[in-house]
Amino acid sequence: MMAFEELLHSFHGLDSRDLARWIANRWVLPEPRGQTWIFHEVDVARVKLILEIRHQFAIDEEAMPLVLGLLDQVYDLRRQLRRICDALAVQPRDVQDAVRRTLPSPRGPEIPHD
Amino acid sequence: MPQTPYEVLGVKPDASADEIRKVYRKLAKQFHPDLNPGKPEAEARFKAISAAYDLLSDPEKRTRYDHGEIDETGQERPQRSYRTYAEGAQGWRYQPEGEMDLSDLEDLFAAFGSAGRRGRGQAGEGFRARGGDRHFTLTVDFTTAATGGTQRLSLAPEEWLDVTIPAAIEDGQVLRLRGKGGPGFGGGPAGDALIEVHVAPHPLFRRDGDNILVELPVSLAEAVLGARVPVPTVTGPVTMTIPKGSDTGGQLRLRGKGIRRRGRVGDQIVILKVVIGQSGDPELAAFLEKWAPQRSVDPRQGMPSA
Repeated sequence: MMAFEELLHSFHGLDSRDLARWIANRWVLPEPRGQTWIFHEVDVARVKLILEIRHQFAIDEEAMPLVLGLLDQVYDLRRQLRRICDALAVQPRDVQDAVRRTLPSPRGPEIPHD
Repeated sequence: MPQTPYEVLGVKPDASADEIRKVYRKLAKQFHPDLNPGKPEAEARFKAISAAYDLLSDPEKRTRYDHGEIDETGQERPQRSYRTYAEGAQGWRYQPEGEMDLSDLEDLFAAFGSAGRRGRGQAGEGFRARGGDRHFTLTVDFTTAATGGTQRLSLAPEEWLDVTIPAAIEDGQVLRLRGKGGPGFGGGPAGDALIEVHVAPHPLFRRDGDNILVELPVSLAEAVLGARVPVPTVTGPVTMTIPKGSDTGGQLRLRGKGIRRRGRVGDQIVILKVVIGQSGDPELAAFLEKWAPQRSVDPRQGMPSA
């Protein structure tokens, strides 16, 4: 858990106006607390990610919503997939086997041959 | 918070390598121990300046520091990638707006079995699904977590919810508010709001199970002679008797002033800390010089000599 000032202090390439804009753009969603915000671990990691995308990959702020939007979709899919896998993991053995048998191969339908 | 190496040298975080070198040379001359004999504070300052320059003059170290990979002493900071969090419980907060689209869910369920029937154009039962859950984080202060209360949660800009915090809630617990999630589809019920509660640390109180620990400073006179002093508790201040002859580390118990849950209630444990405070008082010093204790005590008895 970190306050706004503390977060600025731990990332030295970070400008307070940049961070305020990222919050206004909803790229980072810290918890509002009065006039300021509380950053949880996920938010701190997200600020670090945005800094890396901006500086190491030289992606400008115009392209940022596209990049973050795609990343969020991927992580959302992975979380949803994990939920399905968790639900399958507690099914009886024969149900799990049946699902496994009916999962199509990622390389397309298998062609039987002998 | 420790000073950043930029603060130690008094330069801006975007200062050029040249600028940093110039400032370092100036400061190093000013605080060099050979030029300041017998001034330990100059030596400490010189060490701090050298360490800051060591970090900032190395482009690789400087970049790693700016990215938060190492701290001001050059130690690695624990690195956990965004992915670790994104795939954990906190990641739900960054679910794309509108979360998993209901039309996607419909496609998914359609793919499970009913696809055939629907595909053949049979009119009939509409698709009905429960709305998605929404995930939030809420930080509550220590006393609210201990005694219960309400706290306002921001659901979206301009959308608020007053959440009832049950007494004795612990850091990391999740509250489920039925029906406060995404709307249902085709007449299905709304989803739930899942609120992960964080308890902010308190400057005085600490929690130990259902007991609350408080360190209470007392004066020398209060400890030796005994006194009645006010003590803060999570339900407001109470007056407590400090017994005669108390000492630092002594523990007093305020029964029933701890955390209350399901009929059980904890205590508040008050840990005494004797604060001399008036050590500059000439009368006290004069008394101690004359004072011959009946029993002399070595407070460092049993301490290994380092």
